[in-house]
Amino acid sequence: MSQWTDTIRQISGVDPRKCMKCGKCTATCPAYDHMEYHPHQFVDMVTTGRVEELMASKGIYTCLTCFACVERCPRSVEPAAIIEAVRLAVIRQQGGNHMTPDQIPGLLDEELPQQAITSALRKYSKGG
Amino acid sequence: MTYSYFPGCTLKTRGKDLDTWGRASMEALGIHLEELPQWQCCGAVYPLAKDEIGSRLSAVRALAAARDLGTPLVTLCSACHHVIKRTNYDIRHDALFRDRANNYMAPDTAYQGEAQVLHYLEVLRDHVGFDTLAKKVVKPLTGRKIGAYYGCLLLRPSKAMAFDDPENPTILEDFIQAIGAQPVFYAQRNECCGGYVTLEDPSLSQARAGAVLHNAAAQGADTLITACPLCLYNLQKNGGKLPVVYFTELLAEALGLKEVPV
Ligand code: SF4
Ligand code: SF4
Repeated sequence: MSQWTDTIRQISGVDPRKCMKCGKCTATCPAYDHMEYHPHQFVDMVTTGRVEELMASKGIYTCLTCFACVERCPRSVEPAAIIEAVRLAVIRQQGGNHMTPDQIPGLLDEELPQQAITSALRKYSKGG
Repeated sequence: MTYSYFPGCTLKTRGKDLDTWGRASMEALGIHLEELPQWQCCGAVYPLAKDEIGSRLSAVRALAAARDLGTPLVTLCSACHHVIKRTNYDIRHDALFRDRANNYMAPDTAYQGEAQVLHYLEVLRDHVGFDTLAKKVVKPLTGRKIGAYYGCLLLRPSKAMAFDDPENPTILEDFIQAIGAQPVFYAQRNECCGGYVTLEDPSLSQARAGAVLHNAAAQGADTLITACPLCLYNLQKNGGKLPVVYFTELLAEALGLKEVPV
């Protein structure tokens, strides 16, 4: 088990060992094709200490935080909370922000709602 | 009757149609939505990190203000609703969060989760009543086939949101019926449109939004309704041709408050 396993458990408040490996979270995940590790693998790899591989994967930014895996997990494991905790383990490192405010002007279009910018900064940079 | 109202950042800017027609319609139904004084942006995303307190404090401030005013707190934007309702759930169920939030904010009276958070649709369903609404409709949307787009944030996680059945919701379809239109059921109505990654991975947003609109159109919908400005933007920009509007726009039309576009 790596030091990261405890960190992820602390940030997420989730016990990944509750997982019974049914795969329902992954079966329902709408970002499946855009994540190299799928929700059940996040849960499994945190348990077995392979957190650094998850931290280096693009799926921590493409999870849609749609809570389908949370709602449909029969064991209340909350895979989305684990994925967010892995993302935060990266983002909270010095220089770890995935998006910064100076990138925003280049991403704007006339219709883009404020909500899109606020949520992107919340998800991809250090929070409060 | 007066309820407290939390509009949120987007309803003051890009999402004005959701706000303007929402307020006007509620007024016509006998409920005045009084904007909470000095509200702060809710942050748009509910933080899943249990060890973060600060990012939930603006929601706690709004909740405490509504409690002090003695009124329910009404939200309209799906994201604001999600953040504020879940924060209220945390205050009620997570003693450590409750203590730390109160310790930091030091309000005159500790906030313990007394406020009631209601989505606008819950006010329509539970306080106005869809039967009463139907009686006040002057321009029924007869013949229109409307698909309800719930998305994620209103429904999930159902334990904290307690909004409707998360897998077979009916509140928006009941609303559509009340304004005289025909609801169209389709499988993707409570699946994610991919709005959050519209800046990060547009190909994923396009795939998701396309799937939602394609499914709704295949089931015969002529229009989709939503309560989320990000869903509306994403479905319109990345989805396809099917029109997507705020549910409050159709409500105002049905109540005779808004000119029907030709
Ligand atoms: S929250 Fe993320 S991991 Fe879970 S189902 Fe949605 S996209 Fe997939
Ligand atoms: S749905 Fe829950 S129990 Fe099943 S594999 Fe996913 S996390 Fe494990």
